[in-house]
Amino acid sequence: MSLTDIMNITLMQGFAGLSLFSVLLLMGLGLAIIFGQMGVINMAHGEFMTIGAYTIYMFSSLTETFLPGFASMYFPFAIAAAFCIAFAFGWFIEWALIRHLYKRPLDTLLATWGLSLAMQQTFRSTFGAREVSPTLPDWLLGSWAPAEGLDIPINGLFVLALTALVTGGVLLALYRSRWGLRVRATVANRPMANATGINTSRTDRLTFAIGCGIAGIAGAAFTTIGSTGPTSGSLYIVDAFLVVTFGGAGSLLGTVASAFGIAQTQSIAEFFMTGSMAKVLTLMMIVTILMLRPQGLFASKIRR
Amino acid sequence: MDSIKSWLARSGMGSVLILALIIVVVFPLTMDLFRLNLVGKYLTYAFVAVGLVMLWGYGGVLSLGQGVFFGLGGYMMAMFMKLEASDPETTKIQSTPGIPDFMDWNQITELPLWWEPFRHLPLALLAVLLVPTVLAFIISFAMFRRRVGGVYFAIITQAVCLILTVLIVGQQGYTGGVNGITDLKTILGWDTRTDEAKYILYFLNAGLLIAAILLCRWIQLSKLGTLLLAMRDKEDRVRFSGYDVSMFKVFAFCLAAMLSAIGGAMFVLQVGFMSPSLVGIVPSIEMVIFAAVGGRMSLVGAVYGALLVNFGKTYFSESFPDLWLFLMAALFIGVVLAFPNGLAGLYESHVKPRLGKRKDKPASGANSTPSSDVPPAIPLHSGASHGGKPLARTALPDGVQGTSA
Repeated sequence: MSLTDIMNITLMQGFAGLSLFSVLLLMGLGLAIIFGQMGVINMAHGEFMTIGAYTIYMFSSLTETFLPGFASMYFPFAIAAAFCIAFAFGWFIEWALIRHLYKRPLDTLLATWGLSLAMQQTFRSTFGAREVSPTLPDWLLGSWAPAEGLDIPINGLFVLALTALVTGGVLLALYRSRWGLRVRATVANRPMANATGINTSRTDRLTFAIGCGIAGIAGAAFTTIGSTGPTSGSLYIVDAFLVVTFGGAGSLLGTVASAFGIAQTQSIAEFFMTGSMAKVLTLMMIVTILMLRPQGLFASKIRR
Repeated sequence: MDSIKSWLARSGMGSVLILALIIVVVFPLTMDLFRLNLVGKYLTYAFVAVGLVMLWGYGGVLSLGQGVFFGLGGYMMAMFMKLEASDPETTKIQSTPGIPDFMDWNQITELPLWWEPFRHLPLALLAVLLVPTVLAFIISFAMFRRRVGGVYFAIITQAVCLILTVLIVGQQGYTGGVNGITDLKTILGWDTRTDEAKYILYFLNAGLLIAAILLCRWIQLSKLGTLLLAMRDKEDRVRFSGYDVSMFKVFAFCLAAMLSAIGGAMFVLQVGFMSPSLVGIVPSIEMVIFAAVGGRMSLVGAVYGALLVNFGKTYFSESFPDLWLFLMAALFIGVVLAFPNGLAGLYESHVKPRLGKRKDKPASGANSTPSSDVPPAIPLHSGASHGGKPLARTALPDGVQGTSA
């Protein structure tokens, strides 16, 4: 094996880690807002991702039947639609369910778990139990080869770029917009935020809905990597919670850092052992670190 | 008679007696062996639910990882029975006789060292009780010492659940993988699959469950129970009074873990297999709903909850498989939004006041209460009421209740 081969393998392995990082970060971002900022344990978060994924699937089949010429263009619109549908549904769920339970976090957990069961069954009745995948536009397929023997899959690059975009957007929105100001004020001190004229219950609803919308985008992005089934979302939920908790709830940068750390640990470990053992090792490390440092990597300086 | 009645009411023993009557007398008399075995299986889940009442209802700590302890208890028992089932005589067609069949299929030629203790029944039984408890101690000691609680604890226990499931599925050669450990037949030569053995195991299970409830009830009535309740409601005050709050929580978690492990072991004895599908995140959360449906403050309610939800699951998933998940979802949401105190809470608020009224009339006459009138006259869940008189019906805020069995 020559030196360039080793270089290429290292690069591709590094990119696999980056790919996993973007997946974890996308999953964690919505939850970082809902769980990290608002403190709501949304066990149905995975199902909101599945909503996004099925939206893409619907768009793909609709364009195939009615607008075949549009097939290479539908993807960005479908992602926007995924955000909107998940956002609207999140808005409704906050109104119907979550707002009654803000004072009982553990009960929110059970109620949203029930919600996730109902959503899974709805997906199963609507789209069937089989896993589906949308027809991806041509420009998402194949791989990019900047050098001889170096293959970087384009869908991985796409997810990475989308993650960067969404993360940047969330950071900007949270720290540079009126909405972000209201959210941070509500999180820091609810009665005082109320007193200064912020409509905290409206802020809560908007925040929850935006978190769900981001989950929808995450689900949309995952359709480029794998197929979607009714229970796909539940596979991600524990990982998503661990990413947010490990990074330190309330800290968005912490979420980014923890997603990076977890992804790199896992992909490096996968190089040396089987996938399941790598997963066990990573999870064990997270749990051990959380036991020693329960506030996570980046502790927020909010009094609770 | 009256003193017995008042003791029953004060200690909440009446409800336990009725439950014992139902489980030990009514079910075996009215059901065929197949149904009874099914009930026995559900009752093993009731161990977990009873543990959760102590941990969640009383201690205020929600664990989403009770499947870990149920599974560990079950796997320990299954390992013993598997080793007995795979003696060199019956497994001589394998390339390595004397080791469990799934090890042979995975090209393992020697029994791993950590399987060795499970050749002996006393060691295996000890492991059933101790291994889950020690694990629970390690997890909870580290967490509660650092005052991690509530949501974070729930997430960590869920992660532990995931770890164990991935480990069991991944290490197929040592654990049996997805299929789990199957073909379990005998304990020390005693066949557990005969009709007679099934009856004996059912009654053993029922007896252990009643004993577990009595133990928990005793803890609730002791000072420890009062402290657990006080801790749940105002942790800091208990801490400032000089109590070591974290160790009480650790105790509650270890107790719940040990009860779950007993349930797991009884599950294996009655059902004859153990698989990772009983360890994972989904069954662990379902176990929480058993306790929630029964009433998170009621030990007896937890058993009814486990029975009811599982009967519902069996019936609906056979007859209307599409409907079952919706029903389960409605159960989760309804129990949280509308009936936070579950069946026991409904009983307290709707049935008991009427019973109390009816009871007052004959009781005002001479002692004319025939024995048939006794069971309904005993308030089922009445730790807080004195002398069998109904409580004043004050609306309690959500999640705040007094003691009740």
